[in-house]
Amino acid sequence: MTKEEALKVEHVSFRYEKENVLEDVTFSVPKGAFLGLVGPNGSGKSTLLKCILGLLKPQQGNIFLFGTPISEFKEWHRVGFVSQKANSFNTGFPATVEEVVASGLTAKLGLFRFFTRKEKDAVKEAIEAVGMTKFQKQNIGELSGGQQQRVFIARAIVSKPELLILDEPTVGVDVHHVQNFYNMLEELNRHLGITLVLVTHDVGTITEKVTHVACLNKHLYFHGKAAEFAELQADDLSAFYGHHLHVLSHQH
Amino acid sequence: MIEAMFQYEFLRNAFFAGVLIGLVAPLLGVFIVVRRLSLIADALSHVTLAGIAASLLMEKKIGLLSWNPLYMGMGFSVAGSLLIEKLRSVYKHYQELAIPIILSGGIGLSVIFISLANGFNTDLFSYLFGSVSAVSRQDVWVIVSIAIVVVATIWFLYKELFLLSFDEEYALASGIRARAIHFVFIVLVALVIAASMRIVGILLVSSLMTLPVAASIRVAKGFKQAIAYSVFFGELSVIAGLFLSYELDLAPGGTIVMLSVCILLITIWWKKWKRG
Repeated sequence: MTKEEALKVEHVSFRYEKENVLEDVTFSVPKGAFLGLVGPNGSGKSTLLKCILGLLKPQQGNIFLFGTPISEFKEWHRVGFVSQKANSFNTGFPATVEEVVASGLTAKLGLFRFFTRKEKDAVKEAIEAVGMTKFQKQNIGELSGGQQQRVFIARAIVSKPELLILDEPTVGVDVHHVQNFYNMLEELNRHLGITLVLVTHDVGTITEKVTHVACLNKHLYFHGKAAEFAELQADDLSAFYGHHLHVLSHQH
Repeated sequence: MIEAMFQYEFLRNAFFAGVLIGLVAPLLGVFIVVRRLSLIADALSHVTLAGIAASLLMEKKIGLLSWNPLYMGMGFSVAGSLLIEKLRSVYKHYQELAIPIILSGGIGLSVIFISLANGFNTDLFSYLFGSVSAVSRQDVWVIVSIAIVVVATIWFLYKELFLLSFDEEYALASGIRARAIHFVFIVLVALVIAASMRIVGILLVSSLMTLPVAASIRVAKGFKQAIAYSVFFGELSVIAGLFLSYELDLAPGGTIVMLSVCILLITIWWKKWKRG
């Protein structure tokens, strides 16, 4: 295990009752990478994420965050997470964009500590990084799905995590804004140097943005650089998805 | 009433107790309502009744215990809150079931205690519907202590409680001690319910935790503003309610609650009118 790895998953298997959800999954994410973790619905992506976040314990295998086994990992502020359910929150909740983003500092700040100038500046910066400055005093329930998702990303990056994990962040985002959204992620990866793990069932769009790809469907079918993934034949992908598949390339 | 307040100690007691409850009940209420736990207050108030009935029964039958029934009410309320938490983890997919179970259990116990005692005097009645004259100086001190604990806890745990209310899953994933914080919170709720029932009565306690909040979330921008409006509406109904009930010789609990309902209706209309 080198120090250069933000995340390492080693021979991880997970079962719900009798059903195998993950079988012997092994891959790693170098620091500074942008990994697209793709797989069809029900392929175990969300289960794997829960294992990585320490919410589920795999029956077999080990997971390391920054070289530390997650059972001993304490520095959760180094890991940001944007859940798939993030925008299915109670939209009547009376909280402004600022308040929601500031709540991302709760764990890092620790018990009995209060927000100071430094934290307020960090909140401002995070809101700016996702392009939501105009809306900071608005209640989050009044925003569109895509805007809400940006707010949740701001909440995840406000504590300056080194690793940011996103679970299907474009669900509920207007099709026209998806491309913008991916551009913003690319910015976060390139300019702020945040290691990204993006979980999605949408293979086409992300291959141009990510640096690494991992294909999961219980087993790991592919793990490597994005360029190698692009060279894969459509047939290989069909076998992985279990039905015929056309990979569409976008011209920009 | 102001003149009378200088004259009669019980009116001063009721006023102080009312002002404190008008602060702490909506303050906790905001967190309860946004977590969709509004009915917890109802369940706990009925458990509190069981505690009070038990205390009055022991006083009548054994004659040994002449402490303030509020203490046993508080004990039952805290025990009830812990049971609710336990039941919520047993029925993971039917979390709301915990509330009717505890609520009916509370009433069941109360009825048994009351029947065992062959009925009580007007004392019990004052616990059910609240009574200004029933607030003793000792009650005021109990309420003052509870208010200090509640305000200090909310002050120090504000950011954790906010995160837990807004997004429980994220709170857990980010590694904050969600269970411990939730536990502290639910015990506070139990204490405030026991403290509030002197003024508004057991049957109306939950209204002070929910109605001002229901009005506030119609108009507030942001969570801190929601808290500020809730406390403002809570104080407005308690203080105005106490004055009105004294002047018009009405039940204070009912008057306070109906004023909260009026404030709620006004905010709903105001919002509609503003939207045009």
